[in-house]
Amino acid sequence: MDARFIPEPVHLIRFAPELLLTVFATLIMVLDPLTKEGEKHRLGILALVGLLAAAWGAAVAAANPGTAFSDMLLVDGFATFFRYLSILVGVLTLACSFAYLKREQADSGEYYALLLFSIAGQCVMVSANELIMIFIGLEISSIASYVLAGYLRDDKRNNESALKYFLLGSFATAFLLYGIAWIYGITGSTNLAEIQRVLSNRDIAPSVNLIGASAALMFVGFAFKVSAAPFQVWAPDVYQGAPAPVSAFLSAGPKAAAFAIFLRVYITAFEPIADQWQAVLWASALATMIVGNFAALLQSNIKRLLAYSSIAHAGYVLVAVTTHSQIGTAAAMFYLAAYAFMNVGAFAVVTHFARQGERYVNIEDLAGLGQRQPVTAALLSIFLLSFIGVPLTAGFFGKFYIFKAALDANLVWLTVLGLLNSAVAAYYYLRIIVVMYFHEPSESVADLQSPAPGIQAVLWASAAATLILGVFPSWVLDFAGKAALK
Amino acid sequence: MDAILFLIFAAIAVGCGVNLVVQRHPISSALSLVGVMAALAVLYLLLGAEFMAAAQMIVYAGAIMVLFVFTIMLLNAGSERKTDKALFARLFGVPALIGFIVLIGFLIRTLLPKTENVVFGTFTEGTARGVGLKLFTEYLLPFEVTSLLILIAILGAVVLARKEI
Repeated sequence: MDARFIPEPVHLIRFAPELLLTVFATLIMVLDPLTKEGEKHRLGILALVGLLAAAWGAAVAAANPGTAFSDMLLVDGFATFFRYLSILVGVLTLACSFAYLKREQADSGEYYALLLFSIAGQCVMVSANELIMIFIGLEISSIASYVLAGYLRDDKRNNESALKYFLLGSFATAFLLYGIAWIYGITGSTNLAEIQRVLSNRDIAPSVNLIGASAALMFVGFAFKVSAAPFQVWAPDVYQGAPAPVSAFLSAGPKAAAFAIFLRVYITAFEPIADQWQAVLWASALATMIVGNFAALLQSNIKRLLAYSSIAHAGYVLVAVTTHSQIGTAAAMFYLAAYAFMNVGAFAVVTHFARQGERYVNIEDLAGLGQRQPVTAALLSIFLLSFIGVPLTAGFFGKFYIFKAALDANLVWLTVLGLLNSAVAAYYYLRIIVVMYFHEPSESVADLQSPAPGIQAVLWASAAATLILGVFPSWVLDFAGKAALK
Repeated sequence: MDAILFLIFAAIAVGCGVNLVVQRHPISSALSLVGVMAALAVLYLLLGAEFMAAAQMIVYAGAIMVLFVFTIMLLNAGSERKTDKALFARLFGVPALIGFIVLIGFLIRTLLPKTENVVFGTFTEGTARGVGLKLFTEYLLPFEVTSLLILIAILGAVVLARKEI
């Protein structure tokens, strides 16, 4: 065998976003001890530059599509879409974090480095063409997220959040890895296209029960990462305990990346046994929507409510995955992009409103926000209306495309039950709007400052994106439709 | 000969595994785990995975187990206390275990390919040279990216363990 140690330049170009993110994250780690206390936010600006450079790298990589490093990576439209999405969520999270870290007196370089590393892991995941790469990318993204969730070390809730996330997450990853070991044992390959080739060849395909067992094991791992029922129990505790900007990040970035690999593995490698896994996903999608929406009805803590809402939205995306059609994949991609904007926007309001030590995180604390800060209240209302799926917001077209794809795939019952679920969801989102505008102002809004510039930028950008996607959905949908896996 | 050795060391691995669960003192459990690791290393060797066998001995039975034992001693963990088991566990524990083992055995016998497919001595790529060639050509990228994973683990440990933020 010829051992070539020097990769071709085009392979490095296809790996450019990950390389740039790693370089910048390492640079931040090196510069951290050289930066004075109180000037650490400069490292955050460096991280922002790194993210922009990674976005440029993703564009350059997209101009040179193909596989890299002996089929380990596959740069196609699908990978590019999710690379952009992960980087964008990173930029929004970063902008929220400046004010938050300053307020909690926890500004340090490691936060920014971990954020960049986590995004690098997500970029590896979404462009992986191979189960080992998927696993390594997932672990990079997850370990960085575990630490971010417990970043304020002296805060009890942060500790609880990080510990729960770490223990349960490691357990779920073990299932994924066991599933990978099985599929390797069955097919002799970890390459997704090769697995599909073996499984669809009737002469050499092994027993469907064996493949099903490995698909089920991998489903446990993926379902945990996207917080799908019955593996969703960690989400509320983790999102409630983690710092608010980190919760925004966790529920948008790593989740979208996890959905990306979920789609890629099930729609390429496990496509030949789609009839078997479709029933499992059907049940899981329905359970996820029901658990998320009905539990959210009972919440009084807004971070917890957003966590359950995030579970419910994962259920809608799972409906799209269940269709295993090209239009369903495009709908899932559109929904994940739309959800990222509205969710980061909503968490940005929570970041702003909670104040030091996250004292004000109950829904009742928002009473009177409509009079005190009409602009913030109006922007939050846009996000909440988009969560419900009101026309002219991104959420409307997101749900519309998902349920249209489900109808096209003859999933009539799932569509009906999903629509009923979104009607239930309207109640708890509208309740927040009612509290903001119609309840007597409480003392919690009395000393509320105007939002920090970074948070204001995130609010306006997310609201603009939510409305633009709601009026001109085709801008993103065309991209997603072209990029969707066949 | 290979088959006999396989049976002996497989039995040792299973025996040590059961002992690991049954033992009450953490140190005894940890030492049983060393037995499992060592027996597994022999199984790898029998299947021709020389490099894996060596790595298994050095990394798992050596480094990781030392870390385990150190941690147990550092925490000064004593014997497990005996608790009154729940009614469900007392009534159904052993029958459920037997049922599970029978089920797994049945599945393995019916689903897995026939044992004739496994022949000792046919796999010869498991040497350091074979593994190295694979690792630095086909699997170069995962190998390199793993270093990033380790870097993050170190960074995370530092963040969570230092005195003040």
